[in-house]
Amino acid sequence: MIDGIDAFVAVYVFMLAAFVGNEIISKVPVVLHTPLMSGSNFIHGIVLVGAMVALGHAETQLEQVFGFIAVFLGAGNAAGGYVVTERMLEMFKTKKKNKDSGEKK
Amino acid sequence: MTEYIPLLIKVSYFIAAILFIVGLRRMSAPGTAKGGIVWAGVGMVIATLVTFLTPHMENHILILAALGSATIIAWVSGKKVAMTDMPQMVALYNGMGGGSAAFIGAMELYAATQGREMNGIITSLAMVGVLIGGISLTGSLIAFGKLQGLIDKRYTFPGQNIFNGLFALAVIGFGIYTFNHMEAMNLWIFFGGSLVLGFLMTLPIGGADMPVVISLYNAFTGLAVSFEGYVLSNWAMIVAGMLVGAAGTLLTQLMAKAMNRSIANVLFGSMGGDDSAGVDGEQGEMKEIEATDSAIMMAFAERVIIVPGYGLAVAQAQHKLWEMTQMLTENGVEVKFAIHPVAGRMPGHMNVLLAEAGVPYDMIEDMEDINAQFKNTDVSLVIGANDVVNPAARDDPSSSIYGMPILEVDKSKNVIVIKRGRGTGFAGIQNGLFFKDNTKMLFGDAQVAISELIQGLKEL
Repeated sequence: MIDGIDAFVAVYVFMLAAFVGNEIISKVPVVLHTPLMSGSNFIHGIVLVGAMVALGHAETQLEQVFGFIAVFLGAGNAAGGYVVTERMLEMFKTKKKNKDSGEKK
Repeated sequence: MTEYIPLLIKVSYFIAAILFIVGLRRMSAPGTAKGGIVWAGVGMVIATLVTFLTPHMENHILILAALGSATIIAWVSGKKVAMTDMPQMVALYNGMGGGSAAFIGAMELYAATQGREMNGIITSLAMVGVLIGGISLTGSLIAFGKLQGLIDKRYTFPGQNIFNGLFALAVIGFGIYTFNHMEAMNLWIFFGGSLVLGFLMTLPIGGADMPVVISLYNAFTGLAVSFEGYVLSNWAMIVAGMLVGAAGTLLTQLMAKAMNRSIANVLFGSMGGDDSAGVDGEQGEMKEIEATDSAIMMAFAERVIIVPGYGLAVAQAQHKLWEMTQMLTENGVEVKFAIHPVAGRMPGHMNVLLAEAGVPYDMIEDMEDINAQFKNTDVSLVIGANDVVNPAARDDPSSSIYGMPILEVDKSKNVIVIKRGRGTGFAGIQNGLFFKDNTKMLFGDAQVAISELIQGLKEL
């Protein structure tokens, strides 16, 4: 199904993405653990597009029900994950401003 | 025109993947964190919009209905929820993602039972995705229930680990059987077994370990998404899912390390279950103190360190706390905040709350930096924190939290503990700190207690 490409290409992509993910997190300060968990939680909301395709190709009623659930859950993951992460990070913005203005004084 | 659409979709997914990586990268540094989520958000919108162009799609109304209703519900609930309840919302949304991946896998496998060609690699990855996505769904729901206070206990029974282990083996074994006998009924049993496994795995885990568990299920969901992405030949899902799978795994390890526990220990150790018996009642008396006396003690201190915990979050008292801190600072008291890596229900939870109240960065110190300062501190004010200041973790090898790094509050000259009741903390372990001679207990809700302290300071 991977468009005729050797399945091993996917394995390489799995591996490279895993290294990138590892590398990005390795130097994160404790302060950002929660927002970052929330942010990565948002990113796997990409499952939504797969759910949309799956529902788009659903034929039987059962598949439609499953697809509907999948799209609903995926969209909830993406939308909720975004809002929550944004609200958490909003506070870091304010804090940074405070700190900056404090240093200038 | 239409022949370019598949290319357009691929290019858009590629751009989305780049935006996710850049977004995640920016989110891991305080200065750029705010913009990071926007980058990732743009990637998500591009990927979602372009997916509508996928050839041969039907059921558009169903897609729009599911997409629209879930987006509105999640958006509104995410906006409305109090800062203090964020951890459980992350758990909930994460479970939804895992569930979505599991349902996709189930759909594709169902098509295979109806005669669609599916090779061995795809079938097995789809099944693994169903398994871990299903675990993530029900496990996260339990985590949500526990943090929300809907499930207030750990459910344990003798031999639970063995039972759960056997159940997990049974599900995996049945999965292998299903792989060889791809029939709808087998598939449903396997799917159901995965969901039950998530319940069973999470029920015995105590609330103190929830951050680690949520992070672990976050990584699970990422992996499930990645595998189902392979099944659907969707590169955006493959890359983004694996990115989160790897980042989430490392994040889980970092969190577990901060608690000096291994992931295996979190999942299979029964923290705070068996040992609560012997210690009770032999520690002497707790000494109560009035709010006005506490206010006087702090006002005339040179150095005060404030240790916030989950109790602060529950009472939403961060603004009051900052108000009190400012009054103390005006009185010439040097005030600092000491934050344990796992204070609250998630690492960084307390930092977020204090930032919300407006506490500047430089007043907040990490555990490593502040521990040496306690012995020069006149008053340590512990607000709704318990296990992270329990000296047993340092002194008592028989305690189940032994070895967990703590804030060494007991070394300061005086300790005032604001606490709602006399019970044990989330880990269910008695805290010797509360019985020490230099410790005074100020019983009450943190919001009320801090208001009284402010009142006391005003009257000076």
